[in-house]
Amino acid sequence: MEEDKFFLGVDVGSVSTNMVLLRPDNTLKEALYLRTQGRPMQTIQEGIKLLRSRIPNSSEIIGVGATGSARQLAATLLGADVVKNEITAHAVAASRVNPKVQTILEIGGQDSKIIILRDGVVSDFAMNTVCAAGTGSFLDQQAARLGIPIEEFGPLALQSKTPVQIAGRCSVFAESDMIHKQQLGHSLPDILAGLCQAMVRNYLNNVGKNKDIQGPIFFQGGVAANPGIRKAFEEELGQSIVVPEHYGVMGALGAAFLAQERLAKRPESLTGFRGLKLSETQFQAKSFECSGCANRCEIVEIIQEGISLARWGDRCGKWSLAVGTSNDNSLAGQQRGQRGA
Amino acid sequence: MKVTFPHMGNAWIVIQTLFESLNVEVVVPPVNSKRTLNLGTRLSPESACLPLKLNLGNYIEAASQGADTIVITGGIGPCRFGYYGEVEREILRDAGYDYEVVTLEPPNGSLLGLAKRIRFLAGTKNSWTKILKALRFAYLKSVGLDRIEDLIHAARPRLPSPLDTEKLYEEGKERLAQTMSEKGIFDTIQWVQETIRERQVNVRSSVDGKYKPLRIGIVGEIYTILDPYSSMGVEQELGQLGIEVDRSIYLSGWVGNHVFQGLVPGYRSIKSYPGYAKHYLPHFVGGHGQETVGAAVKFAREGFDGIIQIFPLSCMPEIVAASVLPKIQEAYKIPIMTLIVDEHTGQAGIKTRLEAFVDLLERPTMLRGIEQTRGEVLGVGGR
Repeated sequence: MEEDKFFLGVDVGSVSTNMVLLRPDNTLKEALYLRTQGRPMQTIQEGIKLLRSRIPNSSEIIGVGATGSARQLAATLLGADVVKNEITAHAVAASRVNPKVQTILEIGGQDSKIIILRDGVVSDFAMNTVCAAGTGSFLDQQAARLGIPIEEFGPLALQSKTPVQIAGRCSVFAESDMIHKQQLGHSLPDILAGLCQAMVRNYLNNVGKNKDIQGPIFFQGGVAANPGIRKAFEEELGQSIVVPEHYGVMGALGAAFLAQERLAKRPESLTGFRGLKLSETQFQAKSFECSGCANRCEIVEIIQEGISLARWGDRCGKWSLAVGTSNDNSLAGQQRGQRGA
Repeated sequence: MKVTFPHMGNAWIVIQTLFESLNVEVVVPPVNSKRTLNLGTRLSPESACLPLKLNLGNYIEAASQGADTIVITGGIGPCRFGYYGEVEREILRDAGYDYEVVTLEPPNGSLLGLAKRIRFLAGTKNSWTKILKALRFAYLKSVGLDRIEDLIHAARPRLPSPLDTEKLYEEGKERLAQTMSEKGIFDTIQWVQETIRERQVNVRSSVDGKYKPLRIGIVGEIYTILDPYSSMGVEQELGQLGIEVDRSIYLSGWVGNHVFQGLVPGYRSIKSYPGYAKHYLPHFVGGHGQETVGAAVKFAREGFDGIIQIFPLSCMPEIVAASVLPKIQEAYKIPIMTLIVDEHTGQAGIKTRLEAFVDLLERPTMLRGIEQTRGEVLGVGGR
């Protein structure tokens, strides 16, 4: 039955793990937004378990796409058919929602990016390089410090009449500046609105530097939930900003679309999905430093119930290519032994 | 006297050859690694650029192998590297390392002064004829090295097994490092070409021989583009994503221009770049800022699909170049991405950006479904 077939899109980031189930007619069946909390493997398994409980038993996953900074891990655990970087995934999702979109502002937990599209194709992009000031984690931290739930951050900022000037170049200095403004007696909404403006200025001066920002503009990623930031973007850019309906899971949605694209191109291919029951098995991750050469790569190995699923982290391919040739992890054991000696 | 020197990609092969042919004892520091960087970072000012940190790490690692004299090139102009010889001397002394530092540059413009420094390093046994001969041989080796590297650039996206291609590169370098004759250099290049030719025969008929690789030009600060450790192996990574890479500066091109003052061209001479840059950056800004801009224009005119600029955090000449590149991107409609590296740079972040950049270049043609043949390695690289 058609309505029991889904594409699974997974986006495992530093802060959140998002999953979507997409129907073949491009409508969304389920969307999950979970906190990764530094345990990506358990979070992925938890997510699959949750999804499984929400769909009928007869359901079938016909394609899987993985993205996010832990896309390789997610792909290994799930048996994904498509593994793509988050820039492409976000761009694909946005241009499916609105083919005319020309700019995507994306602010996530620990990174922020800008993507410029022309005629539905990415023409330019940038990611924050050496600084994470003004990403979701910082907002989280500040909200906690001020004792307000993160959900109220934006609405409170919107109440401001005269936002204060906050130094936004560096999140540490932004914090001390905010404390100073509090001590001077400025109201909370004014400080929050000032912080939103500082963050937006910082974003546009760093990530958005030299980028040709044209409308329609999409604002996505977890931070898009904050109307204060959205308003600050609108004021700074002088254009209206669209927050798409599924702004929080656009990466996962893009991954699902990419899985769908792949199936459309090769209709005969079967998914490599490892099944909805994978939440019940045991996964283990091991890491060791290879002593084969001076690069000293950190190798990660994923093991499912004693069987090595994948290894990565090596530059030369010695470990990643060796998977499948041996089922035990004696090589890895040998390496660890050497290191410990 | 035991001479050591900082690493910069493959340069050690050439420098080792030079000193060995003059019978000067030389210590090649262990290649750049996490350990090198950690050791160097501990002694460096935080805002110094990545090359200083790696240099210092190299010296400390070399000191434990008995090195007591450092050779480094100098330079004038706004790039800080010209002064690193002096800075490193001071830092090492403060840290308790007793190193003699010889900066190979004409002090106050005096060629005699430079000659004296070379004489100091070469000792009294070597005649000037012998020194010049050794310099010539080392130079020829650097050209050979560059040819092999560029053959690998062309081979990575075209040959079937990435692991075997890297092994071929390593063995080519190894053979080149060992040889002490011009014939040996020539034979090594031929051997690499022959091996590539054999492997390519097997690919030609298969389906995956069909796609013509996209071409990306790498420009930027010389140390970070020549040294794969500091750029997180950008070239290898791109090669394995199916991209043919070319680079603005090769070792011998830089040696020819910087050390031999333009007397020899080197592989891919860098002399023409300021001419290409003229319209966008008409004057010298230090380092290779102007070369970066010029090379970007040249790559764009040659029909490359994209350009990647790499430089260490806080590199002034390249920051100037970076602010000019968007104009070239606009004029030639060629995507340009900038990567900034320092000791905090992570492999994952670089990989994500490279993948996204390749997607950006690939998706338009993929959606249109253009098929072209892949071409022969030897017709492309190492000419």
